[in-house]
Amino acid sequence: MLEQTGLELVNWARAQFALTAMFHWIFVPLTLGLSFLCAFFESIYVKTGKEEWRRLTRFWMRLFGINFAIGVATGIILEFEFGTNWSNYSWMVGDIFGAPLAIEGLVAFFLEATFFAVMFFGWDRVSKGFHLFSTWMVAIGSNLSALWILVANGWMQFPTGMAFNPDKARFEMQNFWDVLFSPVAVSKFTHTTSSGFLLGSLFVISVSSWYLLKGRHKDMAKKSIVVASVFGLLSALFVGFTGDEAAYTDAQKQPMKLAAFEGLWKGQENAGLVALGVLNPDKRPGDDKDPFIFEIRVPGLLSLLANRSPGSFVPGIDDLVYGNSAQGVMGADEKIKRGKVAIQQLAAYKKAQQLGDQVAAETALQKFNDYKAYLGFGYLDSPEQAVPPVGITFYSFHAMVALGTLFILIFFIFLVLTMKDRIEGQRALLLLGVLSLFLGFIASEAGWVVAEVGRQPWAIQDLLPVTVARTDINVGSVKTTFFMFLVTFTVLFIAEVGIMLKQIQIGPEGK
Amino acid sequence: MIGNLDLSTLQYIWWILASIVGSLFLFMTFVQGGQTLLWQVAKTDDEKGLVINSLGRKWELTFTTLVLFGGALFAAFPKFYATSFGGAYWVWILILFTFVVQAVSYEFRKKPNNLLGTGTYELFLFINGTIGILLIGAAVGTFFTGSNFVLNEYNWVRWTNPLRGLEAAFSLFNLSLGIFLVFNARVLGALYLVNNIDFSGCKGLEPRLRKAVLVNFLCSLPFLLYFLVKLLIMDGFTIDPQTGVVSVVAGKYLANLLAMPWVLGLLLAGVLLVIWGVVATGLKEGTSGIWPAGLGTVFVGLSVFFTAAFNNTPFYPSKADLQSSLSIFNASSSHYTLTAMTYVALLIPVVLGYIAYVWHAMDSKKLGKEELLSDEAEYY
Repeated sequence: MLEQTGLELVNWARAQFALTAMFHWIFVPLTLGLSFLCAFFESIYVKTGKEEWRRLTRFWMRLFGINFAIGVATGIILEFEFGTNWSNYSWMVGDIFGAPLAIEGLVAFFLEATFFAVMFFGWDRVSKGFHLFSTWMVAIGSNLSALWILVANGWMQFPTGMAFNPDKARFEMQNFWDVLFSPVAVSKFTHTTSSGFLLGSLFVISVSSWYLLKGRHKDMAKKSIVVASVFGLLSALFVGFTGDEAAYTDAQKQPMKLAAFEGLWKGQENAGLVALGVLNPDKRPGDDKDPFIFEIRVPGLLSLLANRSPGSFVPGIDDLVYGNSAQGVMGADEKIKRGKVAIQQLAAYKKAQQLGDQVAAETALQKFNDYKAYLGFGYLDSPEQAVPPVGITFYSFHAMVALGTLFILIFFIFLVLTMKDRIEGQRALLLLGVLSLFLGFIASEAGWVVAEVGRQPWAIQDLLPVTVARTDINVGSVKTTFFMFLVTFTVLFIAEVGIMLKQIQIGPEGK
Repeated sequence: MIGNLDLSTLQYIWWILASIVGSLFLFMTFVQGGQTLLWQVAKTDDEKGLVINSLGRKWELTFTTLVLFGGALFAAFPKFYATSFGGAYWVWILILFTFVVQAVSYEFRKKPNNLLGTGTYELFLFINGTIGILLIGAAVGTFFTGSNFVLNEYNWVRWTNPLRGLEAAFSLFNLSLGIFLVFNARVLGALYLVNNIDFSGCKGLEPRLRKAVLVNFLCSLPFLLYFLVKLLIMDGFTIDPQTGVVSVVAGKYLANLLAMPWVLGLLLAGVLLVIWGVVATGLKEGTSGIWPAGLGTVFVGLSVFFTAAFNNTPFYPSKADLQSSLSIFNASSSHYTLTAMTYVALLIPVVLGYIAYVWHAMDSKKLGKEELLSDEAEYY
């Protein structure tokens, strides 16, 4: 019945999702951050009435618009990709997952789309006040859309507020507020949007640094840097704070992900945090090899961060795969056994219903209910399949954290030196400023890699593996669309970068 | 009050809401129609600039309406979303693809250093307005002609036609609906542009647009007639209200219209309103034809969606396995989700309200050549 199709199909579908999501994520954080920065700039203009702030606002808005268009282009695919490539998923959780997507369209996208036209073309058509209002609405709309899609994503990581309906073979929503305010959804939203603010600020710093290096538009560049470094610094601090929260919710709800991004194979009490390390690529679950070739550890810190309790036990990959009865950790091996019972009983229930045997149906259903929490594990063949790719997750996480720390420093130095009007001569620092945008992209994408690769093999944590979530389709179709999107997005991306660089070169005076 | 509605009422409400969004999308395809007129009606760069910038202030609304249509179907009828998008894979992928290339084209078309050149982005807009709309029409046509899928006991879809949805475009009926929508979008596009542009700087554009209204309407007629006549005489799919068994019966859609005279009324009123808009702008000197024609398009859209789904009709029938057919009753979300989403839907009037307000504020002064030439203005 619930036969699994070849891994090849699933892997192409995963690759396609990763491709489209990562392309989309180049543009989205800039939209999230730049929209607010434009709103700040325009507010200053309206408050002071100074022409140079108006010019400055319109310059950044033009760049925002170029980025926005390609963000929209790459976004529409994602909305429908759940259906095209993950059809079983869409059916099984559509009752919960569809709602935030619809709400996103209704409450967020229309705000963006409607007020975007005013923000761009309304300078002479509406009042100054209404124009400013529109710019704020675009910023709020963009970030509201992030809220709903992150609620949806948060639910995949920590499914809550729902129950399985065996008659329809799907999950159904039981409590909307549980879905909306789940701790994972909240930490996803705060961490992700603030990282967008951070990246938007880096964009402004990067472009402004280039102007200062070239000795062009110095006044505008410095004004922009002041606003962006204040916003960036606050955002970067908040990113750190919410990142801690995200790691804590990972530890509580997705311990395997935490173990993977920390490279923690054997669970420990008073576990240390790896600040820096090189993994042993030969390490496999259950073996006795040293997981690290080299590492620097901060003793005891991981226990503190993961459980907010010093000295506490943090389960490692091996504990989660094979169990650790001393610490009360059930392994994937046991969960697989229970999950297979759940699947069997669900099939028995369906069969009994078809035959009209109510007694047998009732018995099967009761047994299914006892084991349904492990449903997803029943589709795994071996406990080792519950382990995500450790290397990618570990390095992405550490790159993200290290860069996040660096950004706090960059924003701080830029702010201080610009306030003292000593930024102009600092060539090395300005070069770092230009470069910082690319580091920001790396950190930002790495964050999603941790979140998504780190939760493999699950489409819905513990309940639905990607191998079951996929559409029943020939691998050729998925491969073809993968390359279709790869080529299209790459070409459009090159065009976008070209246009963007040209507009930066032209500067605020021209068009 | 909403909390007390029973499941079947909610299922009707959500089909009506989805139909409204879908029909508003059909009205908003004036953007796509306008895109396909670009090369035909605009002879100079100034004229092109006017057409593009006039449409460019609206394209995102159309785009967003399409996205909301998809989102609303996902939330309210997830079995349809899963079955159709996963099953009729290629038709949806191609539709989406034309919207991907549309989304960058307004912004990138005239920008220096845009890699592909102005002509390519204009071609993207043309493809979106022709192939995109045609395939949407073909996909909607399958609401009546049926598709090839089987759902298993877990409601997972298996598509039995190797063309994965593209087969929809090889039915004359589906194709007629698609071609009608393309021409209708062109009619609406020309009507919108007549309404939105100040022609004082480019006199030649206006008569060409007015002529386009008329010509495209005439082109659309045979396809509309074929679609309607065929719809009235074709076999249709019906659900036995007692047993839930789906079967094929003769004259089902005619029976639906007769059983629901208000739907027939919507259809006729819609066609008349479109004709009114066309006559007022194509034959006379009116500039407001977009409004009756737009409303008429919404009415026609609603009547098509209602005929497909009400009166015990499965709106997404399966030819391959009749009992797999989807109706608003078996494809919907749970009572809880539909209730929650109905509360959310109370925001729809608010959204429509601010869209109307902004539309009015932005368009009360028509778009003229001077604005595009002034240093102050931002333009595509």
